[in-house]
Amino acid sequence: MTAYALLVQPFVEFGFMRRALVATLALGLSCGPMGTLLVLRRMSLAGDAIAHALLPGAALAFVAFGFSLWAMSLGGFFAAMLVAGLAGLVARLTPQREDASFAAFYLIALAAGVMIVSLRGSSVDLMHVLFGSILAVDDASLLLVAGIASVSLLVLAAIYRPLVVECFDPGFLRSVSRAGPWMHGLFLVLLVLNLVAGFQALGTLMAVGLLMLPAVAARFWASEVWSLAVVSSLFALLSGGCGLLLSYHANLPSGPAIVLWAGGIYATSLLFGRRDSVMARWLAHRWHRSV
Amino acid sequence: MRRHHVPQLVGLWMTFALAPVLAPAGTAHAASPPLRVVASFSVLADMVREVGGSSVEVISLVGPNADAHVFSPTPADARRVARADLVVINGLHFEGWIDRLVRASGYAGPVVVASSGIVARQAGLALDAHAWQSLTHAKRYVENIRAAVVAAMPSHGPAIDARAADYLRRIVALEHDTIAAIGRLPAKRRRVITAHDAFGYFSAAYGIEFVSPRTWSGDSEPSAEAIARLIREARTQHAGALLLENIGDPRLIERMAREAGVGVGGALYSDALSPPGTVADTYLRMFAHNVRTIVEALSTVQLSAKEAR
Repeated sequence: MTAYALLVQPFVEFGFMRRALVATLALGLSCGPMGTLLVLRRMSLAGDAIAHALLPGAALAFVAFGFSLWAMSLGGFFAAMLVAGLAGLVARLTPQREDASFAAFYLIALAAGVMIVSLRGSSVDLMHVLFGSILAVDDASLLLVAGIASVSLLVLAAIYRPLVVECFDPGFLRSVSRAGPWMHGLFLVLLVLNLVAGFQALGTLMAVGLLMLPAVAARFWASEVWSLAVVSSLFALLSGGCGLLLSYHANLPSGPAIVLWAGGIYATSLLFGRRDSVMARWLAHRWHRSV
Repeated sequence: MRRHHVPQLVGLWMTFALAPVLAPAGTAHAASPPLRVVASFSVLADMVREVGGSSVEVISLVGPNADAHVFSPTPADARRVARADLVVINGLHFEGWIDRLVRASGYAGPVVVASSGIVARQAGLALDAHAWQSLTHAKRYVENIRAAVVAAMPSHGPAIDARAADYLRRIVALEHDTIAAIGRLPAKRRRVITAHDAFGYFSAAYGIEFVSPRTWSGDSEPSAEAIARLIREARTQHAGALLLENIGDPRLIERMAREAGVGVGGALYSDALSPPGTVADTYLRMFAHNVRTIVEALSTVQLSAKEAR
């Protein structure tokens, strides 16, 4: 098999492969910086929680309006915003920490979602919806994903400075400006938007994989915020492209193939990365001993 | 009702039809308490209703537009089974959950396998369960159901036999129409694509070829390879049309149709009827709808091919 047949021909021959690739590219571009900031803000698990919180909203919209991209996206968006908002509110008004209230609210949302799914009677069509398929991306989904990615990148660029300052020194930001809580709120809105986009393309669960795994893997290669974001975007793009090709050549389902590629990149980085990986530590240790 | 049975049957039938109306609720009506039948899915429920008429009270566990492959029973379903006088299932491993449900419910009555006596097709490694997609097999279903219902309420035997005979006549009439309608299509054009392979029996009986990705059943996520192969098959083998089903993700089929350059015909109903009052709410209406959809899709394709030339 030539390199052309291996890497290029599937995308040339089939429009659905091109669409899937473009969707993962758009997702990867915005997931890189979003995931990096989530890791820096110690919110690595918040993405997962919020992704589950989409479920009841999308399910309700599906029950009410049928298979409508916009209704389901809006429903998922509002449900996730509600959970994020409530979790933030509880964290602010009570001594309970935000991650604990996130856990509480997302579990409630998840149970409500499963309840709505089973009230509908038929589970199979809803499962297709919730676990989505990157191969079924149509024009409207593609526009939605690309639109959300563009908006996220622009907004992130605008609030980059206060957001990063807040990650490392929230006390300093509070002393010079009162924007901190607003930055945090805006960041959560962006996170929810990205998960809605990912949910359209990959399904709720797989979307979080593309958000978090590249960002966690990037940590073993880069050290500044901007380079972390660039590396994790690159990893996300690589996972998307390679995952699709794997799904095409090895006859495997595409969503898991993409996320498992991201997982493979993470494992490789963990072992052989430039910074703090198993190998880097071992080399440093040996160097110390020899000195 | 057929003419030669009319006098005594109308009388009998009226008695049964009016019995639930005339008998006050809760009164034991020794002559005709309706037989409580639980059918596993909507197609069987409709057949039991046709055969049993007002002598039976039918509940379908898997409702309209729902998929029996991935159905998960609730405690209410177990209660329905426990209270039933007769349980009717398709068999051929179509309802993987039914044995556990029957055991869990404590139901001890007869379980009728509607497909028994049918020589099953092989689909890959498993048996193809969708035998009701052939009207010839449907006659066997009706006969099995009739025998079971009569055995459960022998006093209603003649009326049930008459209803079953009438139903069978309508099935035969539809079979003639189906063969005639498909016979009018040019032989080269008898090929359609569907998402999930539920029409093996239909294909064998009526000579329409169904192409579907072999590695992909309705409940698993498709691989890019499966979709690509299907699009390629559609492009090279001149499939007439791509048809939706009433279960599954419609976006994927639409995407594939556009890419393969074939039309999207209407929806086929494979494993479930549509809700009451819609186009495919009984077994016969479902079957006729499928035939009409296939014939229309393949006829329009022919037109556009001519225009292209």
